[in-house]
Amino acid sequence: MAPNLADYKTDVHNDWCPGCGDFGILNTIRMSLAEMGLERHNAAIFSGIGCSGKTAHFVNVTGIHTLHGRVLPFAQGAALANPAIRVIAVGGDGDGLGIGAGHFVAAGRRNVNMAYIIFDNGVYGLTKGQASPTLKLGTKTKSLAAPNVNYNVNPLGLAVTSGFTFVARGYSYDVAHLKDLLKAAITHKGLAFVDVLSPCPTYNDVNTRDWYAGNDPGTEQKERHARIYKLEKDSDYDPVVHFSDPKEINTKISQALAKSLEWDSRIPIGVFYKNETITPYSGRIMDTIPNYLENPPAAQRIDHKAHSTSEISPLVDSLRV
Amino acid sequence: MSGHLDVSCMVGGPQGSGVESSSGIFVNACASMGYHVFGKREFYSNIKGHHSYFVIRVSDEQVRSNVNGTDILIAYDAETILQHYGDINRGGMLIYDKELDKTDIDDIYTLDANYAARARADLDSKNAPHSVQGAVDSARNAGVTVYPVSFRAILASLAESTDNPKLKNMTRMFNVIAAGLVMKALGVPLEQTTNAVARAFASKPKIAELGTKVLEHTYASADGFAAPATPLVPLDRSRPDTILAQGFYGTAIGKIAAGCRFQSYYPITPASDESVYLESHSIVGVRNDRPGSTLVVQCEDELSAIGMAIGSALTGTRSSTCTSGPGFSLMVECLGWAGMNEVPLVITLYQRSGPSTGLPTRHGQDDLLPTIHAGHGEFPRIVYASGDVEESFYDTGRCFNYAEKYQVPVIHMMDKFLASTVLTCTKFDGSKIAIERGKLLDKVDGKYKRFELGGDGISPRARMGLEDGVFWCTGDEHDEHGHITEDPLIRTQMMEKRQSREGLALRAIPDDEQAVLYGDGRIAVISWGSTKGPILDAIDDLAKRGIGGIRFVQVKMVHPFPTDYVRHLLEGAEVIVDVESNYTAQLGEIFSRNLCRDPDHYIIKYTGRAMTSTEIAGALARVADGSAKKREVLTYGA
Repeated sequence: MAPNLADYKTDVHNDWCPGCGDFGILNTIRMSLAEMGLERHNAAIFSGIGCSGKTAHFVNVTGIHTLHGRVLPFAQGAALANPAIRVIAVGGDGDGLGIGAGHFVAAGRRNVNMAYIIFDNGVYGLTKGQASPTLKLGTKTKSLAAPNVNYNVNPLGLAVTSGFTFVARGYSYDVAHLKDLLKAAITHKGLAFVDVLSPCPTYNDVNTRDWYAGNDPGTEQKERHARIYKLEKDSDYDPVVHFSDPKEINTKISQALAKSLEWDSRIPIGVFYKNETITPYSGRIMDTIPNYLENPPAAQRIDHKAHSTSEISPLVDSLRV
Repeated sequence: MSGHLDVSCMVGGPQGSGVESSSGIFVNACASMGYHVFGKREFYSNIKGHHSYFVIRVSDEQVRSNVNGTDILIAYDAETILQHYGDINRGGMLIYDKELDKTDIDDIYTLDANYAARARADLDSKNAPHSVQGAVDSARNAGVTVYPVSFRAILASLAESTDNPKLKNMTRMFNVIAAGLVMKALGVPLEQTTNAVARAFASKPKIAELGTKVLEHTYASADGFAAPATPLVPLDRSRPDTILAQGFYGTAIGKIAAGCRFQSYYPITPASDESVYLESHSIVGVRNDRPGSTLVVQCEDELSAIGMAIGSALTGTRSSTCTSGPGFSLMVECLGWAGMNEVPLVITLYQRSGPSTGLPTRHGQDDLLPTIHAGHGEFPRIVYASGDVEESFYDTGRCFNYAEKYQVPVIHMMDKFLASTVLTCTKFDGSKIAIERGKLLDKVDGKYKRFELGGDGISPRARMGLEDGVFWCTGDEHDEHGHITEDPLIRTQMMEKRQSREGLALRAIPDDEQAVLYGDGRIAVISWGSTKGPILDAIDDLAKRGIGGIRFVQVKMVHPFPTDYVRHLLEGAEVIVDVESNYTAQLGEIFSRNLCRDPDHYIIKYTGRAMTSTEIAGALARVADGSAKKREVLTYGA
């Protein structure tokens, strides 16, 4: 029997701060898994370090809570050894775009079948609010001694220029919209990236839920999510690469890059770029290992009655004097 | 050299000029004629231009090491002559390209200033000019027969006889000329030499054909070479079980046999050759099954390499990474994670000289203590050291078994000396590779807890993707499910569960896999890793000279340390001598701590060059006659 939503919840106590945006992402992950009917043992959550890292313990599928910045290597290793597993990597923006930025770029180049979700809040929450890579230059959140002296990383722009083939942004308080993005990311053929704006109610007192809602201090509250708008409502924006044509790909990457630079008064969410014409890593492997998908590393039998069944004699015989 | 044959040759030239293919042709010819060969390559961290050389020892008996001095030096650049003219044995030969004669030391821009200064001082002391000519004269005065040969003249005579002027400038045939000259000097029949060239260029028939002609002209030009007393002619013996192996073949083919199906790596000397080999042989034949494969992933850095290998290991795939010291330093944070989460992982560590980037292409055994202590906090691991290439094949199988049975990371210690060796050895026997997967589950009964307490401290291991086998891992301290806990009671239980592995491994792994005793005697040599061959050859040489009574204890499992068994193997030993290629005598320190007794002497070397059996024999002879110092520091080799 396919599991239901409650089956994807562990009884591990969730110690995130009340009002944390991460709750929205966590619930959305569970809902996406349930709606997709993924069997618990066939899905795995890999996480980095920080508040978001604990996500692996809150979802009742195999959960691998790795090291700071290293979530993508661990996740790719598992996804490549056993491509039958739906691998979802999660982590904070400091984890993925600071200490793990090298892995982020390299993962894009590989385009392994899996999804990567960044819980993007602009601060290092668990270490009491230092500036993280997505915080804008000159912004002073409450724990900072002085305004942020570093320019911000543009996660979506970095993703489209690094080879990610599905690049999207969600908002943690718009669960319905985020769920569609996550499901699309998980089923995408290639490496999918979803940057989720997730307000930290404790340490980021600038990009707050109210701020995203357009409810700036001293102004009247406008409509809900007023700063945020959905790309799919813009009929002129088509993120999908339809043909394997370099010109089209360049156009779509450029358009996504331009869109990723919009911020402040108008913040787009939705799918920025989607390209399934690029061969995923598994396909590239099959150029040299044709039966890779039907007999991947994790499926291979290596022994019979406790003895090796690998044929090394062709290799060894070629060395005979 | 009457009767028994044991000859050493050195081929030197600029990196990228074919020194390796010259040596390859020569080594191949000797091996196919029935001889034992042991060769070693020395090179700079450079692609083209710097001095590189290959030393090859050929014998009709087993050889496991290089010796001091060479019987033949063949040089096709001036730097080779200036660096090695003093290495040629009295009665030996120097064969070199005559056109180098006029080269002055100052003209050799790649020659290290310190080398140049030492060569000038040496030549001054012999009243010889600062030039190739001076070095050649100095060698001649030291009893070396000198054969200047014009490599270009050989090409010119070839061009003339074939009426093809282009061949005059085929300098890339210098490697064939060099190989031909060595073999002519050693009395190898032309036919054998030609066959070796044909094998070396089997995939390029045109080059092979040209090579054959070059050889004919080379042999003709060397007509004046004196015939050797014991010519290198084919031996009348068939050796179907002998192979000619490169140093890294042991661990590479060992991994295929052991069922390692995932290897991630980042390029680094001298470790990458293994990964490149695995990738070039990625399809694996499997008895009574469809073909398997080794997935090799080249990563963005070593952090990723070990992270991927761990991710793969969690799926139940035998997984590994291969690196050298600087890469291993980067891997350490993930090593701790693997220890904390009881992940079976094999790290093959081809050491080179450190610290930092150190001597990137040179040998060292400096990483023993750093490896045993790598990482913050306390976690179990096994550190296992192979003594030679043949052994490294079987040891690779053992390392994977240890990793899975004890659910710990295993670091397999290799080094640059082993990696760059070429040797004849008995062929690797895959049927001797046992596969023991420990408590890896095929199915789950009842409620699964990855880190279940109780029993022997090793919990059943589900592979990711196993039905009802959902599990959690974390670098934080965790409960039986793998969820984070800071509870002091669970913490204590989990620490004890993890740490118990080392004792368990010590008790369960057969003694002869942990340490090996060779010979008997009142002097006991202890060592680990690639010093094995030079030590055994040294002991044999000493015995022939009437100096006996030396035993050798090779420690293979260096961590956890087999204290009781080593103590047993040392019973009756009066003098203990620690031999290793590092400054601080790292095994000696472990030995002292565990056996509560210091070694009496240390034979150490940290020049970046492997020990020769000659220099070990010299130091052991001093130990035997009581004249040895506490620390015998070896320095031979350029």
